[in-house]
Amino acid sequence: MAGKVKWVTDIEKSVLINNFEKRGWVQVTENEDWNFYWMSVQTIRSVFSVETGYRLSDDQIVNHFPNHYELTRKDLMVKNIKRYRKELEKEGSPLAEKDENGKYLYLDFVPVTYMLPADYNLFVEEFRKSPSSTWIMKPCGKAQGKGIFLINKLSQIKKWSRDSKTSSFVSQSTKEAYVISLYINNPLLIGGRKFDLRLYVLVSTYRPLRCYMYKLGFCRFCTVKYTPSTSELDNMFVHLTNVAIQKHGALGSSGCIAWTPRPFCHQEDYNHIHGGKWTVNNLRLYLESTRGKEVTSKLFDEIHWIIVQSLKAVAPVMNNDKHCFECYGYDIIIDDRLKPWLIEVNASPSLTSSTANDRILKYNLINDTLNIAVPNGEIPDCKWNKSPPKEVLGNYEILYDEELAQGDGADRELRSRPGQSLGPRGGRSRDSGRTVLTTWK
Amino acid sequence: MLQEESDLSLIIAQIVQKLKGSNLYAQLERQAWASLQRPEIKLESLKEDIKEFFKISGWEKKLQNAVYSELSVFPLPSHPAAPPEHLKEPLVYMRKAQGSWEKRILKSLNSMCTELSIPLARKRPVGEQKELLNKWNEMGTDEPDLSLFRPVYAPKDFLEVLINLRNPNYENGDSLSFRTHLGLIQVPLKVKDIPELKEFFVELGLTTGQLGIDDSTQVPPELFENEHVRIGQKVLAEQDSAAAQQYIRQGSPTALRAELWALILNISSQPEDILYYEQLKTNVIQHDLLVDSLIYKDVKLTASNDDYYFVFEDYLYQVLLCFSRDTSVLGHFAYSSASPPKSYIRGKLGLEEYAVFYPPNGVIPFHGFSMYVAPLCFLYHEPSKLYQIFREMYVRFFFRLHSISSHPSGIVSLCLLFETLLQTYLPQLFYHLREIGAQPLRISFKWMVRAFSGYLATDQLLLLWDRILGYNSLEILAG
Repeated sequence: MAGKVKWVTDIEKSVLINNFEKRGWVQVTENEDWNFYWMSVQTIRSVFSVETGYRLSDDQIVNHFPNHYELTRKDLMVKNIKRYRKELEKEGSPLAEKDENGKYLYLDFVPVTYMLPADYNLFVEEFRKSPSSTWIMKPCGKAQGKGIFLINKLSQIKKWSRDSKTSSFVSQSTKEAYVISLYINNPLLIGGRKFDLRLYVLVSTYRPLRCYMYKLGFCRFCTVKYTPSTSELDNMFVHLTNVAIQKHGALGSSGCIAWTPRPFCHQEDYNHIHGGKWTVNNLRLYLESTRGKEVTSKLFDEIHWIIVQSLKAVAPVMNNDKHCFECYGYDIIIDDRLKPWLIEVNASPSLTSSTANDRILKYNLINDTLNIAVPNGEIPDCKWNKSPPKEVLGNYEILYDEELAQGDGADRELRSRPGQSLGPRGGRSRDSGRTVLTTWK
Repeated sequence: MLQEESDLSLIIAQIVQKLKGSNLYAQLERQAWASLQRPEIKLESLKEDIKEFFKISGWEKKLQNAVYSELSVFPLPSHPAAPPEHLKEPLVYMRKAQGSWEKRILKSLNSMCTELSIPLARKRPVGEQKELLNKWNEMGTDEPDLSLFRPVYAPKDFLEVLINLRNPNYENGDSLSFRTHLGLIQVPLKVKDIPELKEFFVELGLTTGQLGIDDSTQVPPELFENEHVRIGQKVLAEQDSAAAQQYIRQGSPTALRAELWALILNISSQPEDILYYEQLKTNVIQHDLLVDSLIYKDVKLTASNDDYYFVFEDYLYQVLLCFSRDTSVLGHFAYSSASPPKSYIRGKLGLEEYAVFYPPNGVIPFHGFSMYVAPLCFLYHEPSKLYQIFREMYVRFFFRLHSISSHPSGIVSLCLLFETLLQTYLPQLFYHLREIGAQPLRISFKWMVRAFSGYLATDQLLLLWDRILGYNSLEILAG
C-alpha cells in the first residue's frame, strides 16, 4: 500500500489525468486520504478558509497557494506592485530609480492602472491629461476575457463614479470591482496582427523565492487585423487575444459587451491546426531576423525581469505554505518599441487544448510540473528542501533562485537589472541545448 | 587561348549591354558628373581620378556587385551561333517535353475558365477597386467562395511527367545492366557524384565550422560562432556581394541574414523599386485575374494552415498578386526552358497580334507555390523589399524546380542526383523502399519542389536556403 500517491482533482482534463495515470498514481475522492490534490481556485479558498479548520498533513500537496489572488487578481496585483515600488524607493534602492519624467526606469512594467470605483477621481485626473487615450475596463474577479470592454470617453464609465447619484448598482462589494488600465494602442504587430504572450511560471516557494519558467511559451494571435481606429473599439476580436474569445466569438454592441460563452460553437476563422498560436522560438527567430539580436535578447531579458519582480512584489504577503506550489500563466504584451508589459497573471491557466500541438504542450507542461513538485513521483514530504536536481526540470529552466542568488553575495542584487544577462544571477541555467537534429514537422 | 579571350569579351559585352540599361548606370553617370566639382579631380588625369573616387566612395563596389550578380544569373554563351532555344534548353527532347507540359497546364486553366464562366482577366468596377484598396492589408479576412477552383496542378502530377521523360537517342535495352536506372527518373543526365560534390561543397566539410551545428550550446561560442558573426558584420560593412556569397556557405547568423541575402541578390531598396511595386499594386487593384483566385486558394490551403506562416497570410497575397502582374519576370524565360503561356483576345484565336502573355508574368502558380514566399516573411517585413527578394529568388532559383530542363540545378537533375546518391550510398534503404513499393523519389519529390518550405522548421530551412544562395545552386536540396 505504501508508495502509491493518491490523487484527487476538481478539474477533469485529460492532460492532467493522463499524467497521473502514467505515474501509476491512484485516484481517490477528497474525503479519503489523499496525497496530491489538483484544485480549482474555488476549492483552495474553502480548504484554507478559517471556518473549515482544515489542516493539511505533511504528505499532502496542493497546486495553489492559499492567497494566490494577491498576484492573480488584477487589482491586488497592481496594488502589490505599487507597494513594492514605493518600498524600494523608500529604502533608496537603485532598482527604484526614476527618469526625468518620474517614470520608473526598471519597474515600469504594468500599464497605468486604477481601481474602480475607489480611485475614480485619480483616474479622471489622469484621463484628462491625455483625453485621446483609450482605456480598458476589466472586472477583477473574472477570467477568459469575460466582461472586458474599452472606453475612450468618461461618459462610458459614469456608473463607477463614486458619488454618482444615478448609479443604482454601484456596490462596494468586491464582486463589482473593476480595474481600468491604459490600453496599449501601439502593440507590436507581426504580419499586421496583434498578439500576446502566454508564459508558464512555476513557483515552488516564495520565501526563499524559487521559480521556474517553461521554455515553451506561446504567442496568441488575433484573427482579425489590428487597427487602432476608434470605430473598431467595439470589435473585441481585434483587441482581445484570449483564445477563449477567439474561439467563441463575441459581437459587440457599442460600449459594454454582453458576452455569454457558447461552449461548443466554432468560429469559422478559428483554425484547428495551429490555433492562431506561435511558439516563443518562432517569435525569437522573427525578431532576431528583422530587428537584430541585441534588442531581441534585451526584450527577453526584460520579460524574465518583470516576471521575477512581480513575484518578488507579492512574496512578502504570500502565505508561503509548504504544502503548496503553483503554476501561473503570465500574459504579456509587447509594444512596438519592444517593451514588454505585464497584463495579468492567471492562477488556473487553461488546460483545454485547441490543437494537437497544444495538447502535447500542455501534457508536457503538467508532466514537468509534477516532476518538480512531487519528486520521483513518490509520496511527498512537504518538508523537503524543494530543490530538485537539474535533470528533472524538463522544459523548465530556473528563472530565479533566491537562495543561490544570496549565496553569490549581496551585490548581485544591484547588478540584476534588465538588459544584462541573467547568467550570474541565481544559477539560471543556459538552454540545455537546442536540438541539433533536423526538426521535421 | 583565343577562344577563351573571345568568350570573355563576349561576356563582357553582354554584361555591359545589360548594365547600360539599368538604373545603376544612370547613377554612376550622375556621380561622375558631380565628382567633377571635387578638388581632387584634375583634367589631365580625369579617368584615373574618377576611378579613384568611385573606389573610395563605394560606387565601384556597387558596380562590382552588379556585375557579379549578372554573372551569377546569366548563363555563359556556349557558342556565338547557338540559337536562343539552346540558351533556354539545349536538349531537344526536354524542350518538347516542357512544351507539351505547358500545353496541358494551359488547357487545364482554360477549361476551368470555361466551366466556371469566369474570364481570364477583367477590369474591376470602380466600387470594387476602392474596396480592395481599403482591404489591401487584410485580404486574408476575405472569404471568397473558392470551392469550385482547383489548383492547376500539384507536384505529384509534375512527377508523373518527369517519370515518363525519355531520351529518344538513348537505348536502354530490356536487359538489366549497370546502366539501368532503378529509380523513377529514366534519363541519362550528368549529375555530380560524391567526390565532385565534396569538391563543390568544400565549405560544408566536417572540418569547417557551420552555423546550425557548431553554434548549438554545447559548443562554446568562442570556438566558431563569435568569429563567424564578426566576419559577417565585416562583410556587410564592405558591402561586397561575392564575399557575402562565400561567407554564407557556412550559414548566416540570424541577425545578419536579411541584409546578407539582400546583398547577395544585389537588392537595395531604391525609390524606383518602391515605386515599381506600388505600380504593380495599382495593376492588381484595377484588374482581376483568374490566377488571383488560384493564388487565394493556394494560400488558404497551404500557408494558412502552417504553424509558422499563418501569421503572414496577408503579406503572401500582397506579394503574389503583384508578382503575377510583373512583366519584368518575363526576362527569366530567356534562360529557362519554360515559355510563358499565351492567351488570345476573345475571338482572335491564333492571331499573333492579339496575343498576350497570361498571366502577365508568365508563371502559373501550382499547389504549394505560395510556400516559396512564406519563409521570406520571417526576414523582411516591408512589403516592397519582401517582394523584390522573392522575385529575385524566383528568377534565379525557384523557377528551375518546376520546369523540365537539363540544367544541373533543374528539378530533373536534382531528382536523378537524389536517386543516384541514395542508390550508391544507402543501397539497402533504396532497395527496401523499392521492394515495398515506395520509390523514395515519390516521397522526397515534394520536398525538393518546394525547396523544403513547409517541411522543415523555419530556422533550419533558412540555413538550408543560405547554402542555396552561397553555392548559387539547388543541388544541396538533393543532398
